Amino acid sequence: MSKSLFDKVWDSHVVRKIEDGPDVFFIDRHFIHEVTSPVAFLGLKSRGLSVLYPERTFATADHNTPTINQHLPVEDPLSANQLKALEDNSNEYGISHWGLGHKKNGIVHVVGPENGITFPGATIVCGDSHTSTHGAFGAIAFGIGTSEVEMVLSTQCIMQPKPKKMRINVNGQLGKGVTPKDVALYIISKLTTSGATGYFVEYAGDVFENMTMEGRMTVCNLSIEMGARGGMIAPDDTTFEYLKDKPLSPKGDDWDKAVAHWKTLKTEEGATFDKELTFLASDIEPMITYGTNPGMGIGISNNIPNADAVEGGVATYKKSLDYMGYEENDSMLGKKIDYVFLGSCTNGRIEDFRAFASIVKGKQKADHVTAWLVPGSHEVEDKIKEEGILDIITEAGFVLRQPGCSACLAMNDDKVPAGKYAVSTSNRNFEGRQGPGSRTLLASPLVAAAAAVTGVVTDPRDLL
Amino acid sequence: MAYDKFNILTSTAVPLPLENVDTDQIIPARFLKATERKGFGDNLFRDWRYHGDNTPKENFVLNNPTYSGKILVGGKNFGSGSSREHAAWAVYDYGFRCVVSSFFADIFKNNCLNIGVLPVQVSPEFSEQIFDAIYKDANTEIEVNLPEQTITIKSTGAQESFHINSYKKDNMLNGFDDIDYLQNIKGDIETFANGLML
Ligand code: SF4
Repeated sequence: MSKSLFDKVWDSHVVRKIEDGPDVFFIDRHFIHEVTSPVAFLGLKSRGLSVLYPERTFATADHNTPTINQHLPVEDPLSANQLKALEDNSNEYGISHWGLGHKKNGIVHVVGPENGITFPGATIVCGDSHTSTHGAFGAIAFGIGTSEVEMVLSTQCIMQPKPKKMRINVNGQLGKGVTPKDVALYIISKLTTSGATGYFVEYAGDVFENMTMEGRMTVCNLSIEMGARGGMIAPDDTTFEYLKDKPLSPKGDDWDKAVAHWKTLKTEEGATFDKELTFLASDIEPMITYGTNPGMGIGISNNIPNADAVEGGVATYKKSLDYMGYEENDSMLGKKIDYVFLGSCTNGRIEDFRAFASIVKGKQKADHVTAWLVPGSHEVEDKIKEEGILDIITEAGFVLRQPGCSACLAMNDDKVPAGKYAVSTSNRNFEGRQGPGSRTLLASPLVAAAAAVTGVVTDPRDLL
Repeated sequence: MAYDKFNILTSTAVPLPLENVDTDQIIPARFLKATERKGFGDNLFRDWRYHGDNTPKENFVLNNPTYSGKILVGGKNFGSGSSREHAAWAVYDYGFRCVVSSFFADIFKNNCLNIGVLPVQVSPEFSEQIFDAIYKDANTEIEVNLPEQTITIKSTGAQESFHINSYKKDNMLNGFDDIDYLQNIKGDIETFANGLML
């Protein structure tokens, strides 16, 4: 039977099948961070277990780290405690640790690919749902809970039933000002936040083939927001080019052998999917969300839908609009905003900063807007400086912060105050996600930049 | 961390008929800073349960003494969003042993099963019947029978069966977890790993 990319990678990692139960699934690469790993290590200790393959696990500090003055001790004692636990546990078990201040430090899903830890055909997990990012390389990558972190540490396996398969095709050419983020938000708005629950998605079609690795990562990153376990894109020359010579990528003969294998990782003609959807690139415009889940997104020039027009409960919908302080049929364009957040594992890569700079160049940040520009890693930060982007944004009145998750989940001090509106390039607009009472509008770096200089929701195509 | 055995649970239930309840609501990120699994129940639904000054929000169901019990009945797409197992811990630590919904987000469901909270997926119609029964009489008992894989509204006798794979069912009945299983097949795992290219 013809196999899909997903089948090939999944089936080659099954150690054992359990009848009417999950597969014992081998994990090639495991990322850990300070928030979801401490209890897993406690579990190991209380059972007297060791780490089976420490060289397959990589630790980085990102979730609760400050984005200014990283050279000073972390002020919040609870955060400092978690960071110390990550460091101590990594040292104790011989796990590589890129802590705060380390030159390779950054958001787990940014530094993994940057360093060639991620590779095509790999199985990758982390106690963070946006692990799906790594699917951009043709890997099966998904988020796990802390109990599973403990399983991976102690046995390099988890127990997973094989998900169903979905293929999402987007064909054609994206319009000016339409970015990978918009493609993803568009798909989620069509599928809703539970539309892909139980499925693993393969993205196919020219739109994804023509995307850079950064763009593919943004798309795969957001797979979880439609409920999918993860999403993946078949590896191709763009993928190999990106990975070649990365610090941990295979070298020499090993590289050639690896690429030869990676080239076989494609969905075969005739492979079947449990569900297949096709969209047209030309239907997609810059997107923005108006509600409290990522499925509540619209083309930026559209009005907020009427409660009758949306699927699901009217009460839940109205509660959501209430929280946002918006009304049905309102136009999003022209809505005043207070904060802008450029960053996160969704849009904290160099390409996102280039896009942001392309709009703010020669303009000025709106006076009433507070902007947090947070690179996904030190490597991104370095490139921002090398490419002259720092000068552009500085002249426009913006300040560059230091890498971390920052306002994506607001575990550090980067919290949007109650009632304030933030245009964010991150991935979740849940109630209070960016701080208690905060109101989040998810959008692309271009839309964020347009809002940052005008102070209101603005169509970036008018500024390009 | 193996957990309590689950067999038959008969209890009153707490209704939360909202859809898309995400794990950021179940436990907000700022309460994820512990390095031990303790005290998460206090912050279950923190921002729906308390005002900014920590006084209880009276109209939230957990603050309403009428409703209590070991079963939480949620709306569709319960537990979406972040993979934080802390959400399942908070549910457990508060005292719930079972969550009922017409649809669960994947990771949350998995996390529940891994710590001994039984997620019971029912049809949308049955979910409505449960809400109706509880709203009519808050003392309505729900019976969740794992060996039989049934859920019953005691007052009306309405019953539905639910799915759980036999591996997980066995685990729940015996209080085993996946780590126990995996430890026993380490030899197989090592043989497998030796055959890998990268
Ligand atoms: S940036 Fe946000 S989504 Fe990404 S790893 Fe950090 S907290 Fe998770």
